[in-house]
Amino acid sequence: MRTRPRLYVSYASEVSLLPTWTQKIAALLFLTVLVLIPFGLIPGLGFLADNDWMKILSRVAIFAIGALGLHILSGLAGQVSLGHAFFVGIGAYTAAILGGEVGKGTWGLGLPIWIWLPAAAVVAAVIGAVIAPVAVRVRGIYLAIVTLGLVFVGEWMFRSLPFITGGSQAGRKFPGFEFRFWMEETPFLDFTSDGAWFGVQMTSEAKTYILLLAFAVVAVVIAKNIQRTRIGRAFMSIRDRDIAAEVMGVADTKHKVMAFALSSALAGATGALMGAFVGRLIPEGFSLFLSIQFVAALLIGGLGTVSGTLLGAAFVVVLPRLVQDFTGLLAATAESGAGFLSAVAGFFVSTAEHDPGIVSTLPGPSPGLNIAQFNLLLYGLLLIGFLIFEPLGLYGIWIRIRNYWKSWPFTY
Amino acid sequence: MMLDFVVFAQVGGQAAADKFANATSSGIALGAIYALLALGLVLIYKATQVLNFAHGAIAALGAFFAAYLATVINFPGRYVTFLPVTLQWILSALVAVLITAVVGLVLERLAIRPMIGEPLFSVVMITIALDIVIRTITDDFIGTNPRPLGDPWGADVIHIGPAFVAKSEMATVLVTLICLVGIALFFRSRYGVAMRATAFDQEAAMAQGISAGRIFALAWAIGAGLAAVAGVFSSLFPRSIGVSNTTAFFAFRALPAIVIGGLDSISGAVVGGFIVGLAESYAGAYLIGDSWSFLGLGFAGVMPYIVMLVVLIVRPYGLFGTEEIRRV
Repeated sequence: MRTRPRLYVSYASEVSLLPTWTQKIAALLFLTVLVLIPFGLIPGLGFLADNDWMKILSRVAIFAIGALGLHILSGLAGQVSLGHAFFVGIGAYTAAILGGEVGKGTWGLGLPIWIWLPAAAVVAAVIGAVIAPVAVRVRGIYLAIVTLGLVFVGEWMFRSLPFITGGSQAGRKFPGFEFRFWMEETPFLDFTSDGAWFGVQMTSEAKTYILLLAFAVVAVVIAKNIQRTRIGRAFMSIRDRDIAAEVMGVADTKHKVMAFALSSALAGATGALMGAFVGRLIPEGFSLFLSIQFVAALLIGGLGTVSGTLLGAAFVVVLPRLVQDFTGLLAATAESGAGFLSAVAGFFVSTAEHDPGIVSTLPGPSPGLNIAQFNLLLYGLLLIGFLIFEPLGLYGIWIRIRNYWKSWPFTY
Repeated sequence: MMLDFVVFAQVGGQAAADKFANATSSGIALGAIYALLALGLVLIYKATQVLNFAHGAIAALGAFFAAYLATVINFPGRYVTFLPVTLQWILSALVAVLITAVVGLVLERLAIRPMIGEPLFSVVMITIALDIVIRTITDDFIGTNPRPLGDPWGADVIHIGPAFVAKSEMATVLVTLICLVGIALFFRSRYGVAMRATAFDQEAAMAQGISAGRIFALAWAIGAGLAAVAGVFSSLFPRSIGVSNTTAFFAFRALPAIVIGGLDSISGAVVGGFIVGLAESYAGAYLIGDSWSFLGLGFAGVMPYIVMLVVLIVRPYGLFGTEEIRRV
């Protein structure tokens, strides 16, 4: 059987998480690499152990959890939602109230992480389940607009509740990654300071990364398990043909509400983790752009697949950093003087006051786009490019590569 | 930036009737802008089944073109100096609208045409991506400060009965009416009939020799042009001192308008636009002050969405939309 990976002889083997030995080994290897990254032990990936990159990878882990939530709602159940940021915000502020300290004019109970993190997910899920019956009355593009409205209403709500959110443009402090049994002084597990773990010296960034990686792995297992069980199959049947699904006995509204609740739960967890990771968030952070980033992660990665969603999440989070490095490289090339490459780079970058160029490395207003704008522009263009030329996303590219090598040296 | 009808609130000591009249008149002007935006959105949606989330960005781009043409290079005013100033400005605005229409054509050709037949999610996302791209470029063009459009009306206000009405608001309503009549006439023309046929049944229309692609392009050009008109008027006196990086977000409030009216109904879009405009204006006039302070800042801005949610609970396809008949 080992040579025929698509041959399943039992139902259990078909729905198992990792059906083949190759996949089992690959997944194990991948996970090992991820765990070993902060120790700088992986040849070639040593630069990732840097604190900056640790923070980016932690963000990937957080973002992936929310993206998996949207994957359940949009990828599996096929409901177009632009309202993910709203649920992320709900989760974040639930965590802030329960776990945060009393601040200047803000509420906080100072409860430990094992309360505020699950509570963030549960509260977001409940609110998702309350809103869902209204949302599932409308379909398709109407749903997109309704969920869009949810983001705007939510943003206004967060702004108007200064005792919870700290108010517009000010924000509030969130609880940190400190594990306490109850509200005692010293945490028994502390991820916010450098220190030794089992004899290995680690920075707080590396510790936080390991913790978030663990959370992300849990989220992946949840998403994968939902996908391969009865609920997941019901979601997919609704996505593919909702009336046919209903005729077959799949309760349409019930499952859509469930999809909303599950998706919101993961979104809420993301919000809580994001708040704890960043430390301070402003209500304006839960804007349409956050929703768009989640949708972009799904579409760039490949709609409807967990591995695609993870790829997309990594892509969306790492992209700004890559753009920044790339612009820095361009500027360096342009300033290095003569040569064809320098001229090409000089065309793109403006490094002096009246030097025309698409992107400018100068601070303040300048003829070109600044780096943040250039980032946004590339982001939009990449999204358009992916949607037009590679509708299946990064996952589609991987499938094509895999299929090529599967039948190599023959073309099919 | 956004004066948000504070002008009227400050008049102070006015009778309730005056307040109502002011809120109504500015609500109608605001509604006219939403109606223009909604009209463009519905036109594009009906013809191509694409909801254009980039509408706001296109509107801001159009307003920027108008500001640039009128205040920076004075085109075509510098060639027709014998005309009155108002007419020169109108000509600049018209040229800006035409340029934006061409931009709409290009967008349709480059980004929307390849997406025909793709799932809804992808099509929604590509217009959002377009929004990001256009908005970024437009923001960079505009710069950090709002750009005044150099319109001839400025902050002039006239009294009509108990209400103070800005001249630019009257121009807004007038131009909206002209656009509405223009669209109504267009639908009776050769291309208008072709567009209606394509919207009704694309295959049957193509069998009659109608080029669906050309109709798509036309719908996007007209939609972008209408967006530019709306963008210009949303950057004038009572609402804003010029086109800025918030102009693009204005159009998101036209989305409730088309949902309230029904996505595929032209008249619904206009009605929805005025409902949303009036609701926002009344919320801005009445739901402020100490007793409403729990509503916080910017409640008027979310009023359209709240109206939309209420309408959708009652009628999931909007007031005038056609209910989708679903088959297995």
